[in-house]
Amino acid sequence: MMALPYITEHTGFTGTVYATEPTVQIGRLLMEELVNFIERVPKAQSASLWKNKDTQRLLPSPLKDAVEVSTWRRCYTMQEVNSALSKIQLVGYSQKIELFGAVQVTPLSSGYALGSSNWIIQSHYEKVSYVSGSSLLTTHPQPMDQASLKNSDVLILTGLTQIPTANPDGMVGEFCSNLALTVRNGGNVLVPCYPSGVIYDLLECLYQYIDSAGLSSIPFYFISPVANSSLEFSQIFAEWLCHNKQTKVYLPEPPFPHAELIQTNKLKHYPSIHGDFSNDFRQPCVVFTGHPSLRFGDVVHFMELWGKSSLNTVIFTEPDFSYLEALAPYQPLAMKCIYCPIDTRLNFIQVSKLLKEVQPLHVVCPEQYTQPPPAQSHRVDLMIDCQPPAMSYRRAEVLALPFRRRYEKIEIMPELADSLVPMEIKPGISLATVSAVLHTKDNKHVLQPPPRPAQPTGGKKRKRPSDDIPDCKVLKPLLSGSIPVEQFVQTLEKHGFSDIKVEDTAKGHIVLLQEAETLIQIEEDSTHIICDNDEVLRVRLRDLVLKFLQKF
Amino acid sequence: MDPECSRLLPALCAVLVDPRQPVADDTCLEKLLDWFKTVTEAGPSLLLLQENPCLVELLFRVLKAHDPRPRVLSFSLRLAGLFAAQEDCFQYLQGELLPMLFGESGPLGGAAWTAPTVRSGWLQGLRSLAQHPGALRFLADCGAVDTIFSLQGDSSLFVASAAGQLLVHILALAMRGPAEGHPSPQGCDWPACAQKIVCHVEDSLRSTATLQVTQALNVLTTTFGHCHSPWTQGLWVRLSPLVACLLEKDPIPASHSLVDLLLSVARSPVGSSDCGLWETLAQTLSHLSPTQAGPLALGILKLQDCPQALKTQAFGVLLQPLACVLKAAAQAPGPPGFPEGATGDSITVDTFLSSKSACVGLLCQALAHLELLQLLPQRPSPWPQAPLLRAAVAILRFCHGSAAPTSDVGGHLCAVLAGCVRVQRAALDFLGTLSQGTGPQELVTQVFAVLLEYLTSPDSSPMVLKKAFQATLRWLLGSPKAPSCCDLDPHTQLFLGELLPVLRKRLCSPCWEARDSGLEFLTQVTRHWGGQAAFRHALLASEVPELTGQLLRDPESYVRASAVTATGQLSSWGLYATPTGPEHPEVQQESLFTELLHILSTDSEGFPRRAVMHVFTQWLKDGHADVAEDLEQFVARVLQAASQDLDWEVRAQGLELALVFLEQLLGQPGSRCPYAVALPEAAPPATLAQVLQALCRVQLFEFALRALFDCDRPVAQKSCDLLLFLKAKATPCGGPQEAGASPDVVSVEAALQRWQAGEQGQPLGELEPEAVMAVLRSMDLEGLRGMLAKSSDHMEKSPQSLLQDMLATVGVLGENEADCY
Repeated sequence: MMALPYITEHTGFTGTVYATEPTVQIGRLLMEELVNFIERVPKAQSASLWKNKDTQRLLPSPLKDAVEVSTWRRCYTMQEVNSALSKIQLVGYSQKIELFGAVQVTPLSSGYALGSSNWIIQSHYEKVSYVSGSSLLTTHPQPMDQASLKNSDVLILTGLTQIPTANPDGMVGEFCSNLALTVRNGGNVLVPCYPSGVIYDLLECLYQYIDSAGLSSIPFYFISPVANSSLEFSQIFAEWLCHNKQTKVYLPEPPFPHAELIQTNKLKHYPSIHGDFSNDFRQPCVVFTGHPSLRFGDVVHFMELWGKSSLNTVIFTEPDFSYLEALAPYQPLAMKCIYCPIDTRLNFIQVSKLLKEVQPLHVVCPEQYTQPPPAQSHRVDLMIDCQPPAMSYRRAEVLALPFRRRYEKIEIMPELADSLVPMEIKPGISLATVSAVLHTKDNKHVLQPPPRPAQPTGGKKRKRPSDDIPDCKVLKPLLSGSIPVEQFVQTLEKHGFSDIKVEDTAKGHIVLLQEAETLIQIEEDSTHIICDNDEVLRVRLRDLVLKFLQKF
Repeated sequence: MDPECSRLLPALCAVLVDPRQPVADDTCLEKLLDWFKTVTEAGPSLLLLQENPCLVELLFRVLKAHDPRPRVLSFSLRLAGLFAAQEDCFQYLQGELLPMLFGESGPLGGAAWTAPTVRSGWLQGLRSLAQHPGALRFLADCGAVDTIFSLQGDSSLFVASAAGQLLVHILALAMRGPAEGHPSPQGCDWPACAQKIVCHVEDSLRSTATLQVTQALNVLTTTFGHCHSPWTQGLWVRLSPLVACLLEKDPIPASHSLVDLLLSVARSPVGSSDCGLWETLAQTLSHLSPTQAGPLALGILKLQDCPQALKTQAFGVLLQPLACVLKAAAQAPGPPGFPEGATGDSITVDTFLSSKSACVGLLCQALAHLELLQLLPQRPSPWPQAPLLRAAVAILRFCHGSAAPTSDVGGHLCAVLAGCVRVQRAALDFLGTLSQGTGPQELVTQVFAVLLEYLTSPDSSPMVLKKAFQATLRWLLGSPKAPSCCDLDPHTQLFLGELLPVLRKRLCSPCWEARDSGLEFLTQVTRHWGGQAAFRHALLASEVPELTGQLLRDPESYVRASAVTATGQLSSWGLYATPTGPEHPEVQQESLFTELLHILSTDSEGFPRRAVMHVFTQWLKDGHADVAEDLEQFVARVLQAASQDLDWEVRAQGLELALVFLEQLLGQPGSRCPYAVALPEAAPPATLAQVLQALCRVQLFEFALRALFDCDRPVAQKSCDLLLFLKAKATPCGGPQEAGASPDVVSVEAALQRWQAGEQGQPLGELEPEAVMAVLRSMDLEGLRGMLAKSSDHMEKSPQSLLQDMLATVGVLGENEADCY
């Protein structure tokens, strides 16, 4: 989502973007915060010479290890954000969206965040599921819709947890314990975070925890240009929430308990550290603020303010950034650093359960998921294990999905269907010949009744364009069945043919009427009578052949 | 049978056979049968039937009923069996009734037979009846044995099991008497009935159907478990070749039952005299899969006398999974250190690799078996303590994902065990048990390291964390003392330094189970080490006591209760510190006492209040310095709070505290420990008058007398014991008895009567010791104790009451008629 303006505004993109409403609203907030943070500190100059490959490799690590630096772009503006968002068409869960009649696309709840989706892309005979950023844990969003993923030909699996060894429950426990210990000793806690997502669950956890830990008097500050909107938006997306929270709305109560924290003044939110915050600020306290990379945003101020005291703690909860790299410019640092990455996305055990439940024919996933993490090569449990083995892909690789489109669905018009006369050729199997015009438009195929035979028109009217449709000839009946060679030979003999020889060939038989110098080739799907210019004989033989076949 | 019951019986019998009357529930019928059983055991059944003809009539009428109700039919079958257990009564009923009940013309072929309760009743009736030779002939005549054979495969497990047991009973009955001496294995001189059963068992053992083999094995297991006569030896000689044949099949059928049988035979007298049995056992051990062989191996190791070679083999089987783990975990090749025969064979490895559930199941089973074995006196010696420790540590590391195996099996184990709570729990339990032995220091260090990993890991589930705390406690308490014997050794001190910050964090956990386990651990470790200087020093520097105090206000009641116990323990050792600092210890103690008293008076949950009472009682017993400072005030305030508590356990604990107080004033009650050596008392006990005055001041009498009429029996019983103790102590001294003419006895007795009537709100007012003693003397406390000792339903338990109840439910007694206007 955060890269959307780069796609829609800089690549000549002219298509439609589909997204759920919370995705758009929360995405806007995230981008707005990012733009705000960046624009707060405008750079008078920008250096780009270092991106020259020859210069770059002379630079110290990690600059020299950065990849594809030439493609790095400036951050977008709010105008570009708005323009990108205007190209989005809103969709709801389970809504079916027709794409040119060729495929139908459906978003499903992925259980990871408000409005986050997995997608089903299906035609009449093929189904591809795209699973990304999903969670089976009970957090605030609507639970993951697994049932709709069943019977997929291909399941594309991506967006698994980045920290497969960290259990989110345990991490929340660590977060709370460390927070309590720090505050109890008079220290402050800094939580670098995004303004939406896990923060809702953390606030809910703290709501339940602060009384038991005796932290009721400790202020919690949430500082972000979009803090207010984020907290308020979360309360109004009732239909996108888990069942428990939905039922609260009907009571009516706010679905998230952070409303109560705000009401009781335990949680306060500010757009920035300037203004009201400076008046209200008291310590010890807990501050949630961005950006989790520690490179910009209000978090930078707090790092500088609290970094020198060992009483304070910074707790990293977002898994997107390496905390060691984030902290590098602040060293030496006296404050305690705790790493509790909370990533609720699917881990490998959950993936294995999901695949057992959904049973796709093929799984396609990034290459990294098909082998243990490089740092823990013995952990064979940290990879996707399924049968048949998952098909893997690398970045920017074009992949042919392992299925062939073999059928198209064709609709038949009712009046044409009425005119059919089915004939039962086997019990339960009826056949009918169809003469129709196949009409194809927008990848939809319809059989329409053939135009009536052209009426004699007096010859003077001008030809109309519709008259271009070829006239339908009266069709010969179709044949079915097989010819038993022995009986056929007997029949020939009965009809006066003698000196008959039968030869077996790879495809069937050849019946040789030596006397008549005639050849009858009988194969599975064709019969040929080869005789020299004796039309009467050919017709006689043809009629004998036809006796063994059914016509319809 | 008492006359009143005899009078009620005909009406009851009429109700039971009347299809219009609702049948009393199963419990009533069971109670009725229990009662008839005691009656028939106490006297002649024949006389009972003659005096109560309604009983025989009941049996006849049930039989003749067109559509008998299954419950009543089952009841009748069992009742008839009870009567026919006595031979004369059997003769009396044999003519007509018994064949009709148990023969082919009875319910056997009827529609009622489809009800499992009827089939069960038929079997139980026969089980009661089969007590004498006449019964054997009857069984043969009516063809019952064949029916029992078929019921072995009944769809109801209860019926199938009862059929098997009945066969064993009949076999034992048949073999009693002439054949009991020295029966030949061929059984040519065995009674026909026994011959028939044994032949059936033989046929079943030869069967290809596993179900039949299982039935036969179960019958034999029960036989060898219950019958220890010499004939069982003949039976085993005859059947053991067939049992041995089972071992040659692949897969071995009914392996569980086979293991049970072999162990049952090995435990019976047959086992000690048959050398072939040990060979069979050894053969079975090697033929069964590792999972199936585990229980057999444990059973063999529990046997008192069996060959050493077999024991070694069995121990090898138990150790194999752990040997496999050690092999898989080994970074460098080297002997795992287990005895020979336990070097992880290929079958065990295959089991490990076959599936996750097989691997987890086998490991958990091995750990549980070895844990059991470790505690037994006959455990194998030498006990491979060091490799077992290494294996337990390796398993825990695999489960934690911290092992880095190099082999394929190791990699597989790592994948299967990572995060497996079941194995973690089993391994931690096992590791805890291993703390009874010693190990090389390097291994003990590894044990503490892995325990610390589990205690620290945020991924440890609450149950695993609890087990880790328990195992840590056992290892800590088992760790050697420093050479001076008065303080902890340096390794333990080092570990404590790492442990206490973890404990501190766990006490702050948002998961209440973690906080609770942490507090329990703290209580236990303080109980044992509260006096150790190193522990005291580390604890006081750790902030843990302050956090414990904080948890007295935890929202979870279990945690509050554990916090109460922990603070109580800390305070007993002078380790409970509040922010006021150590310069005002009296202020701290006062504040803790006040805080606990506050919990006792206001907490909405019972657990914390009970915990407070336990702490206070312990403080009083230990002579806690600050309690002793103003003992009377302490007791008075606690009793006052406890007396108003709604939880009977709190009130009962209040009486316990009162008793401790009394004992301290008056000396130990003599009856408590008759063999105790009387210790010379440091100071002469106070005079009785002084004691009674003190008891009045703390309002102990009011508390105890109120409790005497408590609606909860245990409270009343405790109070009664306490007052009796006081009475016994006071009476010989005489003292106050002569003091006057009990001035206010009337008002006290009046108050007691009101209390007894349920008006507990009435206060007793100021009490004079003389008045109290006079009341105690006038009360029949012994009688009251006798009455309280009876269960609360003793009135309702009598057979007469049972019969009345059953009749009342159908309205035969006519008591309810008046209501039906």
